[in-house]
Amino acid sequence: MTLPFYVSPEQLMQDKAEYAKKGIAKGRSIVAIEYRDGVLFVADNPSSSLFKISEIYDSIAFSGAGRYSEFESLRKAGIQHADLKGFMYSREDVTARSLANGYSQTLGTIFSQELKPFEVEILLAQIGERPDQTELYRIAFDGTIVHEKEFVAIGGRADTVVSALRTTGSEEIPDLKAALTHCMKALETATGQNVSLHALEVALLDRTRTGRKFRRVGAEEAGTLLS
Amino acid sequence: MDPIFSKMPVSQCSSFFDFIHHTRPELTPAARWGSEGNVSASVDEIQRHVLSQLAHGTTVLAVKYDKGVVIVGDRRAIEGYQVASRRMEKVFKTDSHSAIAIAGAAGPCMEMAKLFGIELEHYEKLDGVSLSCEGKANRLGQMVKANLPMVIQGLVVIPLFVGFDVKQQEGRIFKYDVTGGKYEETEYHAVGSGGKDARVTIKERFRKNLSQPEVITLALQALLSAAEEDLGTGGPDLFRGIYPTMKIVDAQGVRDVEESDVASQCDRLARSRTEQES
Repeated sequence: MTLPFYVSPEQLMQDKAEYAKKGIAKGRSIVAIEYRDGVLFVADNPSSSLFKISEIYDSIAFSGAGRYSEFESLRKAGIQHADLKGFMYSREDVTARSLANGYSQTLGTIFSQELKPFEVEILLAQIGERPDQTELYRIAFDGTIVHEKEFVAIGGRADTVVSALRTTGSEEIPDLKAALTHCMKALETATGQNVSLHALEVALLDRTRTGRKFRRVGAEEAGTLLS
Repeated sequence: MDPIFSKMPVSQCSSFFDFIHHTRPELTPAARWGSEGNVSASVDEIQRHVLSQLAHGTTVLAVKYDKGVVIVGDRRAIEGYQVASRRMEKVFKTDSHSAIAIAGAAGPCMEMAKLFGIELEHYEKLDGVSLSCEGKANRLGQMVKANLPMVIQGLVVIPLFVGFDVKQQEGRIFKYDVTGGKYEETEYHAVGSGGKDARVTIKERFRKNLSQPEVITLALQALLSAAEEDLGTGGPDLFRGIYPTMKIVDAQGVRDVEESDVASQCDRLARSRTEQES
């Protein structure tokens, strides 16, 4: 009888983490930034039909980086969770915090128990009636959950994007135009090339809307915004 | 751990109704009332008993005009010969381009309207596009059909669905029977205990391509006649300032007709009625 090879838990986790990080690093970046009326999402995404940013609930939006099939199933689970909770209790009882916890639990369990970890990073945002009620969460492949302020980036070159945002950032909350310009510049710095509006996916959580706050911004509208 | 997130990977189905049916069957309307209960023995008795206890009675109606549809509902709910509620809302916006009005037992009606709204939103979020107008109408038919076990127990839910078909650029009206049968109406329809009275009034005055103010007046006239003839239908309550609820569904979406507009129209109709009598 042959004994199976012994692999230390440290080694195992390290290998898994490396695998997941490598998968995520291949992907493009996504930024979310607070602006005066809510949260702006900008994703480097040339596809106009396979979205990386999506509505979860009235004032909650989701964005996933990494392997499409994996973050897509997380997105669907999030929508089901939110709609069920809103149906059972009340629409105001659906919170990004509980969703972020759900994602963290799921990703954590998959990371430690499955052979192949999920190669994804999740970004969740929720807006409230006042600017100080905005919540931004970043959830990593191993279930690590970080509550961010002002802006957050996920995906391939997230670190570069964040440092670019930090250096050019101003003290006060920007308006929509400034926020969009800011995000595009950061993405350009990260990728090292010019970013066309047609290769961007832009969406908003807009406090001024009634009912569902999520809205997609097309390339044309983004163009007029910037001009 | 969260029960939903533990069910990874999630099903590919875009229906919220099916989702709760599989994961939380106790939340679906039919499950709660038991689909295989022994009811055949005394259906009549149960019906009589249940119906006398439950809030029901209604007139809701929809009329097409040149740019869309108007949908109106009265505000009264009755329990036997008592008024159960004077302020019930029976017309609901279900998504950006559709609305629903429901007649029947109040509790299950409200539940179906709520569930249908979530159903449409759920599909839109999962698939990234809205259902077609026809698709929404069919889905509602399936939900009414799923309600059949409750109908046998006397808890009837009859919806009236209106939507603006973005592809065909016109307003559409769908009516249903208790088995989920879906029938499209080309001009107008009214359901509920006062539905027939309302339909007769509309039939006499309807013509194609009415303007929006004309259709609002016609819809209110029909509702007023129904309220005069039917105990289960409430007319405008001038003492308390309670008026029928009215929504317009057209290319711009769904919006309420302002209560003040409905009130002034009702006053005008009441005055012309007084003049007729004197």
